[in-house]
Amino acid sequence: MYVGAIFFPLLGATISGFLGRWIGDRAAQWSTVVCMALAAACGILAFIETVMGNGATTVRIATWMNVGGLEVAWALRYDTIAAVMVMMVTFVSTLIHLYSVGYMSHDATIPRFFAYLSLFTFMMLMLVTADNLAQLFFGWEGVGLASYLLIGYWYEKESANAAAMKAFIVNRVGDLFFMLGIALTFHVFGSIEFDVIFAAVPQHLDTAFLGVPALELVAVLLFLGACGKSAQIGLHTWLPDAMEGPTPVSALIHAATMVTAGVFLVCRMSPIFEYAPTALAIVTFVGATTAFFAATIGCVQNDIKRVIAYSTCSQLGYMFFAAGVGAYQVAMFHLFTHAFFKALLFLGAGSVIHAMSDEQDIRRMGGIWRKIPVTYGVMWVGSLALAGIPFFAGYYSKDAILEAAFAAHSAVGMYAFVCGMAAAVLTAFYSWRLLILTFHGAPRADHHTMEHVHESPAVMLLPLLVLAAGAIGAGWLFYPSFIGAGEHAFWAGSIHNAEHNHVLHDMHEVPAWVPIAPAVAGAVGILTAYVMYMFAPAVPAMLATRLRGLYLFLLNKWYFDELYDRILVRPTLATARVFWKTGDARIIDGMPNGAAALVAEASRGAVRLQTGRVANYAFTMIIGLVIFVSLFLTGLAR
Amino acid sequence: MNAAGFPILSLLTFLPLVGAAIILSVRGDAAVVAQNARWTALWTSLVVFVLSLILWARFDHGTADFQFVERLEWLPAFGVGYHMGVDGISVLFILLSTALTPICILASWEAIGTRVREFMVAFLVLETMMVGMFSALDFVLFYIFFEGVLIPMFLIIGVWGHDRRVYAAFKLFLYTLLGSVLMLLALLYLWYTAGTTDIPELFRHRIPAAAQTWIFFAFLASFAVKVPMWPVHTWLPDAHVEAPTAGSVILAGVLLKMGAYGFLRFSLPMLPDASATFAPLIFALSVIAVIYTSLVALAQDNMKKLIAYSSVAHMGIVTIGIFTFNAQGISGALFTMLAHGVVSSALFLCVGVLYDRRHSLEIASYGGVAKIMPGYALVFMLFTMASVGLPGTANFVGEFLVIVGAWRVNPWVALGAATGMILGAAYMLLLYRRIAFGRITRDDLRALLDLSPREYAIFVPLVLLTLWMGVYPQSFLSFFTASVAGLVERHEAALGAARLAAGM
Repeated sequence: MYVGAIFFPLLGATISGFLGRWIGDRAAQWSTVVCMALAAACGILAFIETVMGNGATTVRIATWMNVGGLEVAWALRYDTIAAVMVMMVTFVSTLIHLYSVGYMSHDATIPRFFAYLSLFTFMMLMLVTADNLAQLFFGWEGVGLASYLLIGYWYEKESANAAAMKAFIVNRVGDLFFMLGIALTFHVFGSIEFDVIFAAVPQHLDTAFLGVPALELVAVLLFLGACGKSAQIGLHTWLPDAMEGPTPVSALIHAATMVTAGVFLVCRMSPIFEYAPTALAIVTFVGATTAFFAATIGCVQNDIKRVIAYSTCSQLGYMFFAAGVGAYQVAMFHLFTHAFFKALLFLGAGSVIHAMSDEQDIRRMGGIWRKIPVTYGVMWVGSLALAGIPFFAGYYSKDAILEAAFAAHSAVGMYAFVCGMAAAVLTAFYSWRLLILTFHGAPRADHHTMEHVHESPAVMLLPLLVLAAGAIGAGWLFYPSFIGAGEHAFWAGSIHNAEHNHVLHDMHEVPAWVPIAPAVAGAVGILTAYVMYMFAPAVPAMLATRLRGLYLFLLNKWYFDELYDRILVRPTLATARVFWKTGDARIIDGMPNGAAALVAEASRGAVRLQTGRVANYAFTMIIGLVIFVSLFLTGLAR
Repeated sequence: MNAAGFPILSLLTFLPLVGAAIILSVRGDAAVVAQNARWTALWTSLVVFVLSLILWARFDHGTADFQFVERLEWLPAFGVGYHMGVDGISVLFILLSTALTPICILASWEAIGTRVREFMVAFLVLETMMVGMFSALDFVLFYIFFEGVLIPMFLIIGVWGHDRRVYAAFKLFLYTLLGSVLMLLALLYLWYTAGTTDIPELFRHRIPAAAQTWIFFAFLASFAVKVPMWPVHTWLPDAHVEAPTAGSVILAGVLLKMGAYGFLRFSLPMLPDASATFAPLIFALSVIAVIYTSLVALAQDNMKKLIAYSSVAHMGIVTIGIFTFNAQGISGALFTMLAHGVVSSALFLCVGVLYDRRHSLEIASYGGVAKIMPGYALVFMLFTMASVGLPGTANFVGEFLVIVGAWRVNPWVALGAATGMILGAAYMLLLYRRIAFGRITRDDLRALLDLSPREYAIFVPLVLLTLWMGVYPQSFLSFFTASVAGLVERHEAALGAARLAAGM
């Protein structure tokens, strides 16, 4: 059961990837779906077993490395935080597999797609069940690989290839810091196994490294790693471009696997982060900034998937600042609910794209809600949950995050609260902008496309409906155990709160207006969207011309890509050419080649001396003789 | 006599020469001779490989001592003997050499069409030299093999290479020879002062600190060229580009390891003070190598040059690991050497597959081959990712251990080594993208065939080995645990003694 949850996806990937050519497309894809379903069943059982049964267990598989005191094992660590992730990942991934059967039915290389999808899930599961940092890094890089393969799935498209490379390389920048974080952890603790590290934290509170508290440095390095994977501001640029992959991939990246890894890492390492207040402040600040920044961009994008992508970026910011103020449980809760409604939104968007003959620009949609009622309905559910409207899943978690930020009673917590509130308004705004532009108004697609608009097949609708149920119910169903009264028993020590951290308690005692504020913010955002896009459609265009500077700034995503291109990519390539053409070819090779040329030249000169004329030789001899004699006479040669 | 019950190391060393002799003795029609030479060479190298598995099975992991030792009087008056043996540091390199040779012979099956007999003879002689070098326990013997490697390699590049082969062959030869001359001087000095060239004896011989410095630099001159370290690396890209595929494979797979092996076998144990003193120099050169050559790799238009430059970057990681003087760093360096031996050999074979079909090494002549060669694309992707150091493949284990080890010595060195992670991903993915991805625009590519059974036979063992080393590296790490621990211990003891002496 514990092992099955993790390794069934790998089995599926292997069958589909290696045997797909012989067993055919249908067998390949269904074998992965079945394997995923088995994994999900195991995952749910494992969750029940861990949370209600025997408690945490670790399944040791084998030694990975054992070098001079550095011991690393392959092991599956099931505690609550891991079990929650395993259940969520396998469940959502199964639905996405199922959906893909319908969505990818016209594709040429179906087994390849499903193999990648299952591999992706497997890597994420290895990540969440790791019992040491190295195995976590294995999964971490593994999801990087799988996302690279999936984003670049349509490898004949140059834009897809570029996006895939960008995703991998930007992630690697974060991974670099993660790797250094692991090295420092080993340096400080003499081990990279979680149990050993966590037990030893109290002894290292005062350990300094390079003049900085070691725990702070570890936490900051790990957080920088998390920034790459979870697309926080600065390292977020890969996420919107990752839209180049097929839509189910986006759903998988944004909901279940990959981007949540960073948040998971921070929560998993909570025993260290708890004693690194500066690092936590950085986490809060970066998270809050990202939440706001990504939401502003989401308001002006025109690609349906890109809007949702920026909303993920923004929601991840929420999770980070929740963790930053010490409310790791709340961060995990939002991660959990977010998985349902974000998968729902992406798959719903996929259903729209499917219906619109692969059109993704919302400016060329509209007027289709009667033709695809189920998709329309689930998109509403997803948006309501995302906007944090009461009693949908997102309401419980987002509300709790903002309360926690408020209850932190720190400057940076307040900053997070303000950013979070502003982002809540914007989130609701762009969600309804999306809904209205996509489904309502006059049809803006051409006549030909409109004729073909059709509801998706049952194999795609079923996952949507299940996820919609999750987006409605996951909040109130799990609220009591994740962050409510049963919180302590539920997490069973897998998340650590230090004695000085009372935020989970304080968040219930904030002023009465605070819990209501997010819902109000959501309503304001929705109303604004209705006013601007339903009733007075001239307003957005007018705003765009009046505030042209701001509009372009947002439309171009705060110019991050341009900036990086200018200050990083181009100089690197230019330096590379200089090193090659000048450094290697001219200077380094110049010396030996020059030396060789010199020898050749000198020997040519020596050859010239031997002219074969007696007179020359005689003359040379006489000169030599004169020199010797004069030396002898002056006494220099004595 | 030893664990195998017969002189296995000598057998492994000289058996290929027997094969070479058989090949040379065949007479007859050119095609028959060629075919005969191929099969004889393949069988010889396979037999050698199977025999070398005895080392794998019978090697005692628990001790740092030399095993399978053979000793014969040779020039007793000069203290020079025929002394062979392996410890945890060298044993796996013998296996690497014996495993890569049959693969290379298979890879040259069709690619080499002229003077097949001579090519196969050169290859078998090369195998003798490689195995001999890793098992020699006498400095003179080592030196003979160490330099002997150059002769067949020179011929392989100079005779069977591409257009600028003569330039590349001479560059290789002159560069490496120049360094070796200095090593010979150091060798003479050692023999003169210690009265023996026996390596275990020399370990016990304490060299005065003043002499250590210049000996260290004499060794460095020789080993740095072989590694190659920045800035004496420029012979490598040229040699790779001009060499035939099999030549590149051996060059990258085994020959590049000779320099690093030299550091481990001689510099560290014999010159502990100088090694410790000049470790910062090595770190600086290595970090420059990692960053500089990775950047240069990014700018390449030629597939082989790109991979050659990536090799220099990887070897920078190795030299960093060696001079950390701790278990993680040195084990990581050894593991990276092995991993690089497998992975970059495989990458050169991947390039060879394309070259055999299209006869071009320019990246721009390809594009979109994933569409028509899916099997190849998968294999190439795996080795690309291995070269990038993805966990689960061989390279990661080595790099990870080196970075962990380097951090304990100097975090900035670790940071420098780790930047290779980003740049490595950039140049390898760029290479892969330009070759395998995109739409096929050139008509001459449309007819390319996917891997043949012979090519699968070449790649499958390497694929399995790469994954095995990545997932369960312990079966390799355990070989050198004891030896590395012994090396570190001796190094620390020597430094401690030196400090004590200085204190008095």
